Amino acid sequence: MTQTRFNQREYYALGQNYRFLPFQFMQFDQNRKLLVNEVGEYLFLSNADFDQFVNRKLDTVSDTYLNLKGKHFLFDSDSRAPFELLALKYRAKKSFLAGFTKLHIFVVSLRCEHSCHYCQVSRVSADRALYDMSPETAQRALDLVFRSPAPEIKIEFQGGEPLLNFDGIVRIVEESNRRALETGKNVEFVVTTNLALATDVMLSYFREHNVMISTSLDGPAFIHNANRPRPGNNSHELTVQNLQRAREVLDFDKLSAIMTATRLSLQHPREVIDEYVLRGFQSIFLRALSPYGFAVKTAKTIGYSVEEFLEFYKEALDYIIELNRQGTNLVEIYSQIILTRILTPFTTGYVDLQSPAGAGIGVAVYNYDGDVYASDESRMLAEMGDQQFRLGNVTPTTYEQIFGGDLLRTIVASSSVESMPGCADCAFQVFCGADPIFNCATQGDMVGHRPTSDFHKKNFAIIKHLITLYESDSEIRKIFWAWIHNVPLNQLAIEEVAA
Amino acid sequence: MKLHAIGRSIALRQSVIGKVTTTELSEIQSRKDSVLIWPHHKEPQDQSGYLAILTPDSRPSWEARAPLIHSVPKLSYLSTGDVIYLGTDGFVRTLYRRDSPHNFILFTDQCNSYCLMCSQPPKPINDFSRIREHYRLIDLIDPETPELGITGGEPTLFKDHFVKFIEHCNTKLPNTALHVLTNGRLFYYREFARQLGNANHPDIMLGIPLYSDVDSEHDYVVQAKGAFEETVIGLHHLARYGVPVEIRVVVHKQTYGRLPQLAEFITRNLPFAAHVALMGMEMTGFVNSNSEALWIDPIEYQPELAAATDILATAGLNVSIYNHQLCILDHRLWPFARKSISDWKNIYIDACQICKVRDQCGGLFQSSEKKHSAHIRPVLDLA
Repeated sequence: MTQTRFNQREYYALGQNYRFLPFQFMQFDQNRKLLVNEVGEYLFLSNADFDQFVNRKLDTVSDTYLNLKGKHFLFDSDSRAPFELLALKYRAKKSFLAGFTKLHIFVVSLRCEHSCHYCQVSRVSADRALYDMSPETAQRALDLVFRSPAPEIKIEFQGGEPLLNFDGIVRIVEESNRRALETGKNVEFVVTTNLALATDVMLSYFREHNVMISTSLDGPAFIHNANRPRPGNNSHELTVQNLQRAREVLDFDKLSAIMTATRLSLQHPREVIDEYVLRGFQSIFLRALSPYGFAVKTAKTIGYSVEEFLEFYKEALDYIIELNRQGTNLVEIYSQIILTRILTPFTTGYVDLQSPAGAGIGVAVYNYDGDVYASDESRMLAEMGDQQFRLGNVTPTTYEQIFGGDLLRTIVASSSVESMPGCADCAFQVFCGADPIFNCATQGDMVGHRPTSDFHKKNFAIIKHLITLYESDSEIRKIFWAWIHNVPLNQLAIEEVAA
Repeated sequence: MKLHAIGRSIALRQSVIGKVTTTELSEIQSRKDSVLIWPHHKEPQDQSGYLAILTPDSRPSWEARAPLIHSVPKLSYLSTGDVIYLGTDGFVRTLYRRDSPHNFILFTDQCNSYCLMCSQPPKPINDFSRIREHYRLIDLIDPETPELGITGGEPTLFKDHFVKFIEHCNTKLPNTALHVLTNGRLFYYREFARQLGNANHPDIMLGIPLYSDVDSEHDYVVQAKGAFEETVIGLHHLARYGVPVEIRVVVHKQTYGRLPQLAEFITRNLPFAAHVALMGMEMTGFVNSNSEALWIDPIEYQPELAAATDILATAGLNVSIYNHQLCILDHRLWPFARKSISDWKNIYIDACQICKVRDQCGGLFQSSEKKHSAHIRPVLDLA
C-alpha cells in the first residue's frame, strides 16, 4: 500500500457558503458573546469571532468554525445529519410534554392548625364539612386523573394540612391503586405536610403504600417559628421531632423538605443551610415567596425585592458549594434543575419552569370543593378572588372541557417562551420557562412584560450566575455534575483516582 | 500464540472445519464433526467416522482409515473444543479457541470505508461464500462460549445475510454475547436497523467508530465522503430499535486534536451509547504506510485524552481507555484503563519486567514492539 491511495484532507473539506442553524445570543460580558442553540448547547465567542461568524467571513478551517459546526450552529453541506440530530435533541428537550398531565394535586383539606405568614390559602377552622374534600368529589376527581394519557401519574396531597383529612388520603390511595391496576398505569404518591399531626398509624400507612413525604423546614427555630406560627409557637420543635420519628418508619429518601425564604431568612442564609445539614438533608430548595395569598398582605413585613432575593440566593449557593468542597453532600434543587437543562441533552419534569408552562398540561389541581385549577398557584390566585385559571369543577365539567377547552389552550398559547416578547430572542430561552399565573398576579395578563418582570429578573440572573460559576472553576464543575446525577461528589467516575 | 500449522494431507478431498478432540470418542455419531488429534505412536482404537486425524508423525506406524494430516509439528497448542480449518494442502488454521475470551469471526474482507489506520486492510473481493464457514463455526463452538466477536472488513456488507446470521447465533448460542465491529454506515437505512432490532439478540453490542464531531474530519479519517452522516444517523436508528451501541475512537495524530469536542458531541448527540472506548492505535495494516500522517507519541495527547475522558465520565457515560500503557497515562485515568489487547497479540517489553503494575497494565500490541511511546518505563513507585 502506498500513501497515494489515500485522499488528502482537503478532498473532504466543506465550508463554502456556510449557513446558520437557529440560535440565540447575548453579550455575556464585555468581551464575549454567548450563543445558545435551540437545544441548549452553548458556546462563547469573542466579539471579533462573532462578527466574523455572523458576517459569514469565518475561516472555514479554523477551530472556531469547527466548534460552531460540531455544536450545530451552522451547516455547510446537504448532509441530513445536523437536522436529524437537532430534531432528535429538540424532541428530547420537549419530552416533558409526552404523556400530558402527570402531576395531580389533591387539596384534601383547606384546614390547617398553622397560620404561616406566607401561606396563600389555608384556614384555621374546625368545620370539616366546609373545608375537606368529600369522598364523592375525590371519586370524580379521580375519574379525571385517570383520563390523563400519562402512563406514570403522581398524586400529591396538599392543603391546608392534608393530614387533617387522613381518611380522605387513604380513600384516594386505595382507589387510585385499584384504578392503576385496572388501567395499567403507575401511580406515585406524595403528601405535603408540616408533620405536626403525623401519628404512627399514618407514618406506617405511608410506608406500606410507598407514599413520599414533603415537609417544610424554613431554618433554625428562630426563623422557622417566626415564619410558621402555630399555637404554642413550637412548629420547629415539632417538625424536628416528627422528622426523626418519620425517618424511623420511612426510608430516608422518601422524606424531603422545602424552605420558603422570608425577609428574616434573607439575613441568615448560612443558618438556614446549616439547619438542613444538621437535620440530615442532602438537598435544599431555595424558594422565594410567591406573590399570592397572605404573602401579599404581609409583604411589608416578610417580603423583599427580587434583587434582595438574588443576593441571598448567590450567597447561599456560595456557601452550599463551599460545604460540598469540604465533603458535605448538599444539592441545591433549583440549580440542579437549571444545570440539567444547560449541561445535558435531557429535560426536567419541573412544571413551574417550562415552555409551554406546566399549568394544566403538566399539573392539575383538584380543590377541596371540586374546582379544578391549572396549577397550585392558580387556586391561590383564586383564593385572592381571581378565578381566571379555574378550568372547571369535577361535577359538571367533562375531561374534554377541562383539558381541551379554550382556557387551557389560551394558557398554553400564552406561555411559550419561543413566541413571548422578550423571551423569543433570549439566549436563555431553552433553559427557562414561563409562568402565566405569576404574570397575571403581578402584571395583569398571561404574557406579561419582560423588562419589569420579577420572574424574568430572577431566572435570568440565576441562569447567568450558574453558567458563570460553571465556567469559572473545575471543582465547581464537578460539584454541579454531581448534583445533576444526584450522587456524592466522590462518586463521580473521574474522581476515582488511583492511589 | 500459535494459530496455524502445516502438515501433509492424505485423502482430504476438500477443506473441512471440525471440532478438536484429543481423546478418542466412543460414540461414532459425535465423530462426524470432529478432528482427532493423535500425538501417540500407537494406533487409535477406532478411526472410523472422524472428519480427519492429525498427527505429528511423518510416517505413522499405523494405517490411516480416515483423512489424515501428518507431519504437523507441535499439536499441543490444540485443545478439545477448539475449532479448526483443514485445507486440502495440509494447512491447519485455528478458528476458535475454547479457552480464550478473545474469539472472533472475520466476517468478510470487504469494506466500504478505507480508514487511514486500518489494521485489517480491506480486499476488494467477493468473499460472500465464506459465510458458509461462519455458519459451520457457530454450529461447532461450545454453546457456553461467553463472548464472540464479529469483525471484518465490514460485516454488514452481507446485509440481510448478516441479520440472518445474528438470528442464527441467537438460536444456536443464546448464552454467547456478540460484539460486532462495524462502521454502522448501512444502518443509515432505517429498515436495516429495524431488521437487526427485530433479531432481538439478548446480548449484542455494536462497536462503531466515530473520529470527530465534524463530518469532514471523520470522512477524511475513514476516507469516505458522507460516512459521518451515515454513521451518526445509523447510530440513532440502532438506538431507536433497541440495539446497544459502543462508540470506538482510535486516537492518533489526525484525531487527538478534537477529542474533547468529540467527547462533548457524544454526550449531547449520542447519550444512549452503552460504552465509549478511547483507543490507542495498533501499529499494523495501513498504519505502516501512513505512519508519517498518523504517529504521535501518546504522551503528547494526554491532555486531550484526559479532557475527553473527564467530559464523558462526568456526563455519566461509561468510558474506557484501551491500548494504553499505564506508565504513560495520567494517574487520574488509570481507573479507566482496561486490559484490552487480545491475548494472541499482546506483549510486554523489557522495560515492563520490573514494573510494579505490570499485572494491571494491558501492555502493548505485538505490532508496537518496535514503535511505541518513548516514555514507557517501569512504574516502581506507587505512592
